[in-house]
Amino acid sequence: MAKTITLKVQRQDSGDRPETKRWEEFAVEWHPRMNVISALMEIRKNPVTSSGKTVAPVVWESVCLEEVCGSCTMIVNGKVRQSCTALIDQLSPNGETVTLQPMSKFPLVRDLVVDRSRMFKDLKTVKAWIQLDGTHELGPGPRQSQENQEEAYPLSRCMTCGCCLEACPQVNEHSSFIGPAAINQVRLFNLHPSGKMHAGERLETIMGAGGIADCGKAQNCVEVCPKEIPLVDSIAVMGRETTKHLLFGWLLK
Amino acid sequence: MAAKSVTLSTSGKVRRVAVVGGGLAGLMTTIKLCEAGVPVDLFSLVPVKRSHSVCAQGGINASVNTKGEGDSPQVHLEETVYGGDFLANQPPVKGMADAAPGIVFMLDRMGVPFNRTPEGLLDFRRFGGTLFHRTAFAGATTGQQLLYALDEQVRRFETIDFEDDKGRTIPGERMVRKFEFWDFLSLVQDDAGITRGVVVQDVKSMEIRAFPADAVCLATGGPGIVFGRSTNSVINTGTAASAVYQQGACYANGECIQVHPTAIPGADKLRLISESARGEGGRVWVPKDPKEQRRGRDVPEKDRDYFLEDKYPGYGNLVPRDIASRELFLKCFHQHAGVYNAKSGKNENEVYLDLTHLPKDALRKKLAGILEIYEKFVGEDPYENPMRVFPAVHYSMGGLWVDFEKGPDGGLVKGSPRNQSTNLEGLYAAGEVDYQYHGANRLGANSLLSCIYAGMVTGPAMATYRSNLSRSSWDMPSGLFEKAERREREKYEAILKMDGDENPYRIHEELGNMMLLDVTIERHNDKLDKVLANIEELDARTRKVGVTDTSGHSNQGTAFVRHLQNMLVLARVIAQGARNRDESRGAHFKPEFPERDDVNWQRTTMALHAKGGGAKGHDGINYVRELDYSLAGQKIHVTDAIDISLVKPRPRKYETAGAASAAATGDIKKTDDAKPATAAT
Repeated sequence: MAKTITLKVQRQDSGDRPETKRWEEFAVEWHPRMNVISALMEIRKNPVTSSGKTVAPVVWESVCLEEVCGSCTMIVNGKVRQSCTALIDQLSPNGETVTLQPMSKFPLVRDLVVDRSRMFKDLKTVKAWIQLDGTHELGPGPRQSQENQEEAYPLSRCMTCGCCLEACPQVNEHSSFIGPAAINQVRLFNLHPSGKMHAGERLETIMGAGGIADCGKAQNCVEVCPKEIPLVDSIAVMGRETTKHLLFGWLLK
Repeated sequence: MAAKSVTLSTSGKVRRVAVVGGGLAGLMTTIKLCEAGVPVDLFSLVPVKRSHSVCAQGGINASVNTKGEGDSPQVHLEETVYGGDFLANQPPVKGMADAAPGIVFMLDRMGVPFNRTPEGLLDFRRFGGTLFHRTAFAGATTGQQLLYALDEQVRRFETIDFEDDKGRTIPGERMVRKFEFWDFLSLVQDDAGITRGVVVQDVKSMEIRAFPADAVCLATGGPGIVFGRSTNSVINTGTAASAVYQQGACYANGECIQVHPTAIPGADKLRLISESARGEGGRVWVPKDPKEQRRGRDVPEKDRDYFLEDKYPGYGNLVPRDIASRELFLKCFHQHAGVYNAKSGKNENEVYLDLTHLPKDALRKKLAGILEIYEKFVGEDPYENPMRVFPAVHYSMGGLWVDFEKGPDGGLVKGSPRNQSTNLEGLYAAGEVDYQYHGANRLGANSLLSCIYAGMVTGPAMATYRSNLSRSSWDMPSGLFEKAERREREKYEAILKMDGDENPYRIHEELGNMMLLDVTIERHNDKLDKVLANIEELDARTRKVGVTDTSGHSNQGTAFVRHLQNMLVLARVIAQGARNRDESRGAHFKPEFPERDDVNWQRTTMALHAKGGGAKGHDGINYVRELDYSLAGQKIHVTDAIDISLVKPRPRKYETAGAASAAATGDIKKTDDAKPATAAT
């Protein structure tokens, strides 16, 4: 018999129906270069559980399948990550069961899908943009050193995937902590030669309740970031900048 | 006569327009509309920040001539047209090439972290089909960085209030209203055929709703998923383009599908390894001995067959994609000389893409994004081992037919409502979903450019169209929108009730395998005939699928059935277009007709949907040589003739350096980049 992989999936029909929360197991035939997504795709073609029950196909979110869009975040074998890069041969070298769960820090939508809209709202809160005069031709942009580019580029790869929020102990139902991703955006835009002109405004957005002071320095964020963004550094740098702004910002006004 | 107020309807409603799709083209269209004072409802199947533009890796072309090589927009125009094998209308290409430097500067001002020269200027690298350093890049994740920059600017407009023509703001009425996780179903058209809005479905609540809009732009990307696995994102089913095609929009050059030479085979997706790997000096080879047992890194130079460099000394590894893909296919499929696998005892369909001779530090700064993908998915270190790659479906040059108005400089008339207009009045298209800029083959790093340029043209075109519109969609009777909602609701309910024994995902897999095998690199008429017959069979089977998910919430299965139905329609357009075009041009290659035939085929394939017009009562295609459409009271007549007013067609040969451009001297100074075989000689 062909080698099979067992996937154990935590399911729930919708966020407001906790009574439908359940685990379902699926046996999927192994194939080369198999990842969690290709396993879920196999289930769609034959949505029958290990106990022989025909069910609705598992619902999950994915887009690019190459870890650049941020969609397919889930908890795979207890660890939050992108499921496209979760290779079955690494997760289950000896046929171990692979478990899939939705992230827990966001409202559940269905099965493995959660609602991450707060992260996009936070990007508005911290004004994560350059105040552009317009898209008409205004000649070349400001010159930038290679050093500056090399500092900014890794920060700019944040996919708003939610891993860092899921792993952060300070992000929970009792706190309004904005989380590492948005703070990292403040650092990114405050590095840019024209972004700098509005640095103070951005800093102020993370100085109030739920802001940078709520970081508990657990450093889980940097551990789980799939793009290895130096989130702890970003929080430290922004910590210093907000302190400076608090102490001396009024002098500049 | 135009409506009384440009900004408010007679009944006092804000005259919004709709943009469907939030990739580069949709976002750029949105920004241009906002700058023209036109408020936008932006619909997207996924959060716009996750659109497929995010996958683009290598960069964006602009003839800034930073390296002093004598590059110019004129050369860019010539090379793009030549690369596309003279199937593109030339005025839009000229407009794009002329605008490119300004576009890259704008993106830089938006904060895109482009790589820099030591002087702090934008750095440029080489790409296919040119000898110049013309491609600006942000590591090897340029599409992601560009998408984020536009996403950020659109987000800013989400916080800005609309202003009417008297300068009064309406608090809370934002310039951009974003509707993410909404799937496009169809257009709302009035009795005169004018586009009045869109019908969309919330993929979470499954609510179906019609939104009025004074004009609609479709910026919904390509149809790569018709081929099953490709380099495309799973959302690229082409469903929106198919839906408007079925409502009467013309689809052009559907047969022109680009196969990218270098991707990583995978079970769920074929992951792209950017052309920039070769632009930075990567070399393609196979072992000379087809039974070579040594690992790639251990095969000495003398035992390697650098087949692209040998056959095309002028452009080497940077020949255009269609040519490189055909050569890889020839090596692997016909000569069985792909990399030998001792375990399976056969030659795999894989060739080496080798970067191991290049300095690691430079690779890390310029290509880390793609090397990371290779390492994560293959589990091998590409800094030390040559990568193993094979071609994959990548891009559709064809798409919705769109018009243009030529200006006195040979480019486009700025702000003309004809630019990017489809033949359905009030419907515009921009980005990969249109057919406008790439002819029969797209050059690398021209797609990000064409998306953004098309957006820059579409925004002003829609603004002009809206001011000329005699009656606002916002003054149309509500019954028009209710009827459209009812129509789509009925279709959706019908899918929910399907209880046959076919599985839609399996049908899709069969469709993909068939299209991949017979409608990509090499096309034979007998095989295409079989494909067309099979499409009808799959279509019939799709009517017998069983839906196992009847939930009224986040029901992905039913939405997929709709996408599958629409994919089959596009598959027919692609395969029939290929069947008809008896010549070889760019990516469209028929061994039976190996030459380009300018007498019979230097023209645009224009397809119109013929409901029930097929041989056995199934849907057919009506191919037309000319088209009449109306635009704000004007009657416009167009034909399938190609505007070749700027660059005279000539045979396409990449053996000689500089052949792609008459203006280029081919006398390119060698730079410090390691490019042993690609420098001009």
